[in-house]
Amino acid sequence: MSDSASKPRPQFRNLSVAQLLSYRLPLAGKSSILHRASGALLFLSLPLVIVPLFASSVTSPESFDAMKAWVSNPICKLILLVLIWGYLHHFCAGIRYLVLDLHIGMDKITAQKSAGLVFGVSLALTVVFGLKLFGAW
Amino acid sequence: MATQERLGTKRLVVGSHYGTLDFIVQRCTAVIMAVYTLVLFFGLLFSSEISFESWRHLFTFQLGVLPVGQLLATLAFFSVVWHAWVGVRDIWMDYVTSAGLRLLLQVLTVLWLVGSIVYFAKVLWSL
Repeated sequence: MSDSASKPRPQFRNLSVAQLLSYRLPLAGKSSILHRASGALLFLSLPLVIVPLFASSVTSPESFDAMKAWVSNPICKLILLVLIWGYLHHFCAGIRYLVLDLHIGMDKITAQKSAGLVFGVSLALTVVFGLKLFGAW
Repeated sequence: MATQERLGTKRLVVGSHYGTLDFIVQRCTAVIMAVYTLVLFFGLLFSSEISFESWRHLFTFQLGVLPVGQLLATLAFFSVVWHAWVGVRDIWMDYVTSAGLRLLLQVLTVLWLVGSIVYFAKVLWSL
């Protein structure tokens, strides 16, 4: 067993939400909390949006057209754009974690840079897919 | 209890080690999903046109008698659900300290995910 029982560690439980929000998170911290938030978002939308959309896209040509009609609604496009961002951020940040698990890029400077890269790549891809979604080409 | 082993000079690892399983599952399923994402993306990119037929083909193609499209999609979806279970349970364990409420949320999580599996499997395997 650990020896923590003999020496109680100090606990600070007087943080308020306002203080939490005023703390400046480093880029890696922002990527981390957004990794969690995007994961939760994807979990919630799984049976509500993702599987229903998949179902109507593959079941029949008629349901495929119905799916296209659904997607052509601007509000639905917005929902999809948020989900696309969530997927891309979760994907990119997750790959960063897999690389960190291999003990690559563990030092502070490289870790900050790779967190910046996560934001750069995921947001750039979100813009590309977003433009495609809103019919730029 | 599993065999006792000492890490370093002080720490004695005890328990069922299910945290190790979760750690490995989280990463294996992540790799499966990432690879499958790329397979779907390039499958679409290199199909002559993006249509209902070419999209559906990604989930229904066969190699010989094996329904490979459906098998891969099933594998990927199980990965999604197992990955989500580990991640969402981490969220409850981090923020919800009441044992009763945490149990309730975990049960709801299981129902949410099992429901998703049934829904997805029904759609996929009736193609």
